[in-house]
Amino acid sequence: MRLEVKKTYKLFIGGKFPRSESGRIYKVNNHKGEFLANVAKASRKDVRDSVVVARSAQSGWASATPYNRGQVLYRIAEMLEGRREQFVAEIRELTGKSEKQANQEVDSAIDSWVWHAGWTDKIDAVAGNMNPVAGPFFNISTNQPTGVVAAFAPQDSSLVGLVNTIAPAIVSGNSIIAITSETLPICAVTLAEVLETSDLPGGVVNILTGNASELGSWLASHMDVNAIDLEGTSNAAELEMLAAENLKRVIRKGGYSRTGAKGSLQHILDLMETKTVWHPKGH
Amino acid sequence: MFDYSPAPESKDLVKFQASYGHFIGGKFTKPANTFSTINPATEQVLAEISHGTAKDVDSAVKAARTAYEKTWSKLDGATRGKYLYRIARIIQERSRELAVAETLNNGKPIKETRDVDIPLVASWFFYYAGWADKLDYAGLGANPKAHGVVSQIVPWNFPLMMLAWKIAPALAAGNTVVLKPAETTPLTALLFAEICQQAELPDGVVNIVTGFGDTGAMMVGHPDVNKIAFTGSTDVGRIIAKQIAGTDKKATLELGGKAANIVFEDAALDQAVEGIVNGIFFNQGHVCCAGSRLLVQESVQDVVIKKLKARMENIRLGDPMDKNTDIGAINSKEQLTKIDRLVKQGIKEGGQAWAPSCAIPKNGFWYAPTIITGVSPANTVVREEIFGPVLSVMTFRTPAEAVAKANNSQYGLSAGVWTEKGSRILKMADQLNAGVVWANTFNQFDPASPFGGFKESGYGREGGRHGLLSYLKGSN
Repeated sequence: MRLEVKKTYKLFIGGKFPRSESGRIYKVNNHKGEFLANVAKASRKDVRDSVVVARSAQSGWASATPYNRGQVLYRIAEMLEGRREQFVAEIRELTGKSEKQANQEVDSAIDSWVWHAGWTDKIDAVAGNMNPVAGPFFNISTNQPTGVVAAFAPQDSSLVGLVNTIAPAIVSGNSIIAITSETLPICAVTLAEVLETSDLPGGVVNILTGNASELGSWLASHMDVNAIDLEGTSNAAELEMLAAENLKRVIRKGGYSRTGAKGSLQHILDLMETKTVWHPKGH
Repeated sequence: MFDYSPAPESKDLVKFQASYGHFIGGKFTKPANTFSTINPATEQVLAEISHGTAKDVDSAVKAARTAYEKTWSKLDGATRGKYLYRIARIIQERSRELAVAETLNNGKPIKETRDVDIPLVASWFFYYAGWADKLDYAGLGANPKAHGVVSQIVPWNFPLMMLAWKIAPALAAGNTVVLKPAETTPLTALLFAEICQQAELPDGVVNIVTGFGDTGAMMVGHPDVNKIAFTGSTDVGRIIAKQIAGTDKKATLELGGKAANIVFEDAALDQAVEGIVNGIFFNQGHVCCAGSRLLVQESVQDVVIKKLKARMENIRLGDPMDKNTDIGAINSKEQLTKIDRLVKQGIKEGGQAWAPSCAIPKNGFWYAPTIITGVSPANTVVREEIFGPVLSVMTFRTPAEAVAKANNSQYGLSAGVWTEKGSRILKMADQLNAGVVWANTFNQFDPASPFGGFKESGYGREGGRHGLLSYLKGSN
């Protein structure tokens, strides 16, 4: 009998798969409570390294054309579809869902990437406008990504919740540090492998497995993070207080559903800034 | 240089009462816990103002809640709009009086209150009046909902204009409000309360509570308030963001700024110099979006500074009521002290300060228009918001360096770009992290145009369709 080769579950930072700088791991069990894997337990240093690479990757991603970003997001859907069997198996093992239920979750995750991919070049068409000011000026409002987003994926979802946390941030050109569900991190690591093979520039998405309560305060108080999504946190009020120090944009817990095949335009816009440009008209 | 004869506007155009209470539920309360409000140009007392207590705030919020539930949320949008049109018209009718009142209480030149502040106040109400029955088109789908009761806290730099930016969209969207004007400039808000009475606005839809920061904190903390709208300093914005953490309260925060005004060598330099002057000396530099960091391309540094100094020699500082005055009084002694402290710090750190020769009046609070050269991005006067008529000057060589220096700030409210090259304007506008970019112009405002910042300049927008969204939520 051939012995199976098992995967080492690591972090995803700057397009690479490092172990936690701290060397820490934690045990993840399957739905029956049996040992499944040792998963990297991200530390404060991993958080800080992620913010540095997320910042350096952000402007390049934001200046890619919307058509290009749309194709990259669509490519993610393609790669995810190709790995369907693996995700279904992982979801079933982790959560005990039936094959049908697991397939439905993967369907939603893939379709959500497709839904978001189509938004890249339409956001300003519906959420930006010319402003008819009372004077001889050309005046236009458009939207641009807010910058570096820190996000806590829902704790009760292994795949679709994470997808619906990452996609609304990166669709517009933000970069993100996503903290996975602590108990359901296996699909997150596999999703990182999907992202790594989807022409997404390294550092745009960084995925950290570990304990949200421990990592939360480092991200919420980090002065080079522009926005924070508190969905998967258990101490949201405390983190919102820390986030106020540099006036981070805050997505409160429960603000948006993370389970569906469609996201929310408002969720995308919450992670964007309206910019208004004036220029005189004349000869 | 011409000599100007005095051309003062008449103070008799406005009659203040000796003392004012709060405006709650359509009526003025009896004045209590009063403090004096003065004319900063003369230090003369204009009226006694009530310092709002927890009880005052509570009764104002109750009045707003009652008005929201019994009256305002039941009215159709067209009727709400008609009330706002009425208010806009009364403001136009009483514009001379309001301009004089604002100048007396704030210290800003009458030509600015007459030509900028009050016309914008009227246009803000007129603009949002038209939105009240068109909320389905705002971008949130059909039947968007108001938040309910909104606490609004406004600063002293554009007292009535900031009130209009807050109240007009809030009411159009169907909210009711409790508004607190700044402690140094409460008078036009109290005149506005009279205007609400003249417009027969239902009682409690607009409530005005006067007082200091403690009154504002109680308005933010009140459990029956659904939304906070604040314009003021980043420090207070942080406190408010912390205060509402973990609640369901929404917030719009318009905070500080340190705008870069970028002049390229191919700019129309005389126009650019006018833009620099308007950018930093408009309203004594008491403007959150003031162009307080001049970034001038190295090749034209000498000529721009020479032209700027020559232009500054022609700026007229003095009696704000005089129609020829360009720079009026600093709003308060406290603000004057802060400006003075920061400029001294700038000189201590190696900056060279220059101001034109101009006579400073004996009474009141004044600061001559000043430029500081020889400073770098690390200097205090380049980093901190001075909120006064003080311009820090730096240079750059390439567009990339201009962008890097402009974006090197905790703030991101506004920016200016001066160049005759269209493609450069568009590229700069893309790269500057600022909520408003003025290209070949500066300090333009319009009710149809969204205003608000990136980063620590706050969040949310005021003005335009985006500003309406700050007061609405989707119905599902």
